[in-house]
Amino acid sequence: MTHPAIRIEHLGKEYRIGGRPERYRSLRDSVMKAAVAPFQRVASVLRGRSSVLSERTFWALRDVSLEIQPGEVVGVIGRNGAGKSTLLKILSRITEPSVGHADIYGRVGSLLEVGTGFHPELTGRENIYLNGAILGMPRAEIDRKFDEIVAFSEIEAFIDTMVKHYSSGMYMRLAFAVAAHLEPEILLIDEVLAVGDLEFQRKCLGKMEDVSRLGRTVLFVSHNMSAVTRLCTRTVLLDEGRVVAAGPTPAVVAEYVFKGYGTRAERQWPDRSRAPGDDTVRLLRVRAHDAAGAVQESFDIRHPIAIEIQYTVMKPGLRFTPCFDVLNDAGVVLFLSQESPDWERIDRPVGTQVATCWIPGNFLAEGSFSIDVALWGFKTPPTGVIEENGVISISVHDPLEGGSVRGRSTNAYPGVLRPLLKWEATA
Amino acid sequence: MTSPPHAAVSDAPRAIRIQRSRGWVSLKLGDLWAYRELVYFLTWRDVKVRYKQTVLGAAWAILQPLLTMLVFSLFFGKLAKVPSEGVPYPVFTLAALVPWTFFSNGLTQSSNSLVGNANLITKVYFPRLIVPVATILSGVIDFVLAFVVLLAMMAYYHLTPATTVVWLPLFLLLALVASLGTGLWLSAMNVQFRDVRYTVPFLTQFWLFATPIAYPSSLLHEPWRTLFGLNPMVGAVEGFRWALFGTMAAPVAVVAMSFATALVVLVTGALYFRRMERTFADIV
Repeated sequence: MTHPAIRIEHLGKEYRIGGRPERYRSLRDSVMKAAVAPFQRVASVLRGRSSVLSERTFWALRDVSLEIQPGEVVGVIGRNGAGKSTLLKILSRITEPSVGHADIYGRVGSLLEVGTGFHPELTGRENIYLNGAILGMPRAEIDRKFDEIVAFSEIEAFIDTMVKHYSSGMYMRLAFAVAAHLEPEILLIDEVLAVGDLEFQRKCLGKMEDVSRLGRTVLFVSHNMSAVTRLCTRTVLLDEGRVVAAGPTPAVVAEYVFKGYGTRAERQWPDRSRAPGDDTVRLLRVRAHDAAGAVQESFDIRHPIAIEIQYTVMKPGLRFTPCFDVLNDAGVVLFLSQESPDWERIDRPVGTQVATCWIPGNFLAEGSFSIDVALWGFKTPPTGVIEENGVISISVHDPLEGGSVRGRSTNAYPGVLRPLLKWEATA
Repeated sequence: MTSPPHAAVSDAPRAIRIQRSRGWVSLKLGDLWAYRELVYFLTWRDVKVRYKQTVLGAAWAILQPLLTMLVFSLFFGKLAKVPSEGVPYPVFTLAALVPWTFFSNGLTQSSNSLVGNANLITKVYFPRLIVPVATILSGVIDFVLAFVVLLAMMAYYHLTPATTVVWLPLFLLLALVASLGTGLWLSAMNVQFRDVRYTVPFLTQFWLFATPIAYPSSLLHEPWRTLFGLNPMVGAVEGFRWALFGTMAAPVAVVAMSFATALVVLVTGALYFRRMERTFADIV
């Protein structure tokens, strides 16, 4: 009898979420409440409620049923918060489902992040062993693959240097090199290719293709549609925790792209407790708008585009800079922009702030673009205070009225950017 | 060494079922064994990082009990003239401070271990028990260093360890079990109630004085002296002094009492930990 590699039946995951505290009406009220609150919490804990959080819940995953055959490479797509990561976390046994079950036949390796457990104070060599052990590689296997891992990472010269002295590129290379040498029967991967420079991304995709050719079962979560198309034979589209489409990759990717499951030009988090961030800083809203302040999804190539990041700082003394990068539909990062590196020396004031960046007109090419937003802390390795991929997306079109590179021509124009540059002509 | 850490789930198409667990669950000690290499690497990481990140490095392992010994010798030994069972007071108190420091550091660090390793817990599966276990094991290195200093102190006072010293590992084990048991309780609670972090310093301080470190337990009369063994560190400390100095009768009753308490704390702690484990990744 043949088994599937993974069989998922009616899987669901319910999360409790903290309720928004009610607004205090007066100073006396707030002082009173502040004094009473700890006792109320203790009382509610003693009464047997397991948590100080409120009873509000939401379903991150609802009634998901899937069967994945051995050797299949399956993509999982969907916008942020669709339940993709929750699904992987359940399958990799990091968290338990609330209802339903999944049966897994074979040794599982999960990569929810590259470089999990890397310690900045340890050398590259030491981190290979530590990270390998954390990912489930036996020591003998790491010994055997050590040279191969180092060669793949292309950082031989720095292998005995502490990782905290690495550039972020070197750090990611080493981290991915370890991960790429994991050899489980079932591999669960979450968005790990969204890092590193283009050349290295290509190399990683190549390695992944090798892996899938070896007949290993892979579940691959990604926002990178071109990677999904290239690697996965079958794809599952999740929305609000449910499977809304499953089938051959091109059809499902098309459904995702064209039926509006993709993110749009404005994203906000009305429920602050679910907004990206933590108790120190949270994203509130990200949007793209035109010079008049109107939020738009589609921009005239000649007009500037504002990327507006609104966030709230709740703790004094934080140092970070808002930044974003722009990816085209092939998943290529066109550029990254940050408010200013000078913020390394200045504490951010507490309160809600808006940072706006203007992308000039006649700069982006025609096409659709996805924007990743981060509030970037100044640390090595550079970790985002907050990092959100594919927060909003916009498209750029040329109305063929002149004033652009294209002018009135309808010819195809190559290039990932389309700047209107100044030319000088001498006879 | 060739069997993978996931040996429990490898090979044949024997499925692992992922579903919600309810109520009390088994300890799955087999899983812990299957992941022994990870225990080793996490212990090694803790030791390495601790010695790299501090200016004095390994010296801290020695300074902590040594400085406390100086303070105790001055106030309890010299000023209060606390009796010390025929052994010079500094050695008397250091012999207790060495296992105590191992216990209290292990307790403090393990109670923070889950929160401190949140990045691992939310990204990778492994038996969560490994985290506090590795933290406590990393303290053994510090213990060995401090123990060498204790032997040097004994040599300075022309004391040679009695033959009973062969029993010493038993009392180290007692301190380890007590430390791990308490650490399991506190680390699991700390995930949900961060208040734990603030109570641990008080806890260890009270516990220090509730253990015969600065004073001999012979100040107590029976049956209180044996009942005192309900505090597992009493057995460990008394056992240490007996094994090293051999001056008093073997504290069999106290040690047995302490072992019993320590084991109860360990088993209940592990059960509580496993019960809470399912929510760690969601709330840490």
